[in-house]
Amino acid sequence: MDLYQELILEHSKRPLRSGLREPFDAEVHHINPTCGDEVTLRVELSGEGADAVVRDVSYRAQGCSISVASTSVLAEEVTGRPVTEALATFESMRAMLTSRGTEPGDAEVIGDGVAFAGVSKYPARVKCALLGWTAFTDALARAGVDISAISTATNPTVATSGSTATQGVSS
Amino acid sequence: MPSSSARVNASFSDREVAALRGDFPILTRTVRDDRRLVYLDSGATSHKPTAVLDAERTFYEQHNAAVHRGAHQLAEEATDDFENARATIAAFIGAPAGEVVFTKNATEALNLVAYAFSNASPNEQPKDARFVLGPGDEILVTEMEHHANLVPWQELSRRTGAPLRWLPVLAEGALDLSDLDTLLTDRTKVFAFTHVSNVLGTINPVAALAERAHAVGALVVVDACQSVPHLAVDVATLGADFIAFSGHKLYGPMGIGVLWGRAELLEVMPAFLTGGSMIEMVTMERSTYAPAPQKFEAGVPNAAQAVGLAAAVTWVEAVGIDRIAAHESALVDALMNGLAARPWVHVVGPPPGTPRGGAVAFVVDGVHAHDVGQVLDDAGVAVRVGHHCAWPLHRALGVTATTRASVAAYNTFGEVEALLRALDRVPGIFGIDLDEADPDAGLGVGPDARAGSVALRGEATREAS
Ligand SMILES: Cc1ncc(COP(=O)(O)O)c(C=O)c1O
Repeated sequence: MDLYQELILEHSKRPLRSGLREPFDAEVHHINPTCGDEVTLRVELSGEGADAVVRDVSYRAQGCSISVASTSVLAEEVTGRPVTEALATFESMRAMLTSRGTEPGDAEVIGDGVAFAGVSKYPARVKCALLGWTAFTDALARAGVDISAISTATNPTVATSGSTATQGVSS
Repeated sequence: MPSSSARVNASFSDREVAALRGDFPILTRTVRDDRRLVYLDSGATSHKPTAVLDAERTFYEQHNAAVHRGAHQLAEEATDDFENARATIAAFIGAPAGEVVFTKNATEALNLVAYAFSNASPNEQPKDARFVLGPGDEILVTEMEHHANLVPWQELSRRTGAPLRWLPVLAEGALDLSDLDTLLTDRTKVFAFTHVSNVLGTINPVAALAERAHAVGALVVVDACQSVPHLAVDVATLGADFIAFSGHKLYGPMGIGVLWGRAELLEVMPAFLTGGSMIEMVTMERSTYAPAPQKFEAGVPNAAQAVGLAAAVTWVEAVGIDRIAAHESALVDALMNGLAARPWVHVVGPPPGTPRGGAVAFVVDGVHAHDVGQVLDDAGVAVRVGHHCAWPLHRALGVTATTRASVAAYNTFGEVEALLRALDRVPGIFGIDLDEADPDAGLGVGPDARAGSVALRGEATREAS
């Protein structure tokens, strides 16, 4: 099964940077209502406005291998990065995941996130892969970051031939 | 179709099941890179035999009209089709035709009853005290309910101030009746519970529970979604005052459900949805309503779907509901035995040997249900994963999600085997050490599990230590 890449299984067995840590600027709790999976996630920022940097992402994730691994990759990719870059990483990850297999993902931007390209072929699993990431953007917003520029739609785009639409359909 | 001379308590022979599968075109399709479809998700929705599709098509091609409206010939024929469908479905559950109300699904049927209680305003005449709820009254449900038979009662509680109470579930999947006398009292106005659990497979003792409820004057609402398609249900002897089920789980179309209620109760119950077709007389100030069942069928009804459901019921009757029940329980036994032989799998619900419904839900140690379902899907095996709209039940069982296989008349022993074979790939893919599996580790049911996010079996709870 191409869905369960070694990288995903590795991250799900040994999630990086997991556990809830202090100090933090915002904490959120997100649930996937179809399966009851949960993530509690904290962000700690330094600096203000455009200069803000993600100092720490800590979390407790309870869920399937895809959601746990994706949250692990998130923590790995965004920690220590400027908030603007972290949001670009989110956008890139979301675009790949909702592309129905048409976007392979850019390793330069999303790192180990490319292992999740296969998930986009399984629309029911896209929400699993995005659980931690949407929690992260929500936590940023609660910590005072302006996230209005990003798209928060998490549903897979309906496959239209030849199109690589980046805007998901909202539920 | 199986011959009627076959023993009623025997599962279908290979020839019989092959013939019966021929009625379901979808069963010949392939999924995921040419794998044969193994459909073990009939508890969510069953497939529909050709006879059902033909009946709907014939209705639209030959008789289509708004029923109970208009005097032209098509309107007469459509009305006859619709009312004949009602009679067929009513006879199937042992009821007079006038006691069957068509809804869009079981969820709407249950809401219809729940709203009857709060719509029965104390100032309204005529009123029936049985439907008037206030803060001194109580609503009783159980912890194993599908959200469809829980949330409407929570809402009724919120609207009326009558507290909601519930019977807990025991570790082995039966209702805990030890406190029944304190939970079911003369304050209880309504007791709503499922006949067969869509997760545990538990078959609840409807008659005994109904007797206790009636002794304290409570009305009994039974969610029959998982029983009517799988075992003979006769409302004359069941003991319930109302039952609700969905056509789409009974080989019928989507968009049609049934509420059965005792005539005497339907007569005094206030309407739920109001508008055209359910009235007797309308002035600008007020209206009076048609007798049941029309009183509860506002607007142009789902006649084609009713006709389709009647065709489904006719199909079930020709096959024989007792033979379907026998076949399904043999399939469930085979599945239970196969799962019991795998110590890394834990089935929720009653232990092997206990009569149970067509759903078998389980957890694989250390692997989340979503991941289990994905591996099965890769082999063409369709099951359901998640909480199956019974979130509080899963909380009580101490698991977030389970994998559920559910059978119907058209399933084969080969398909049960296919599920088990596909399941055997799971530990390898997720690197689970089979030697560490503990066959005796039960699923702890207790107050701790209900309290919330504790470390749960059968899923990835990962925390830094
Ligand atoms: C036990 C039970 N009750 C209620 C329902 C709700 O049925 P529907 O969604 O068709 O209204 C279901 C099925 O989903 C069920 O299994």
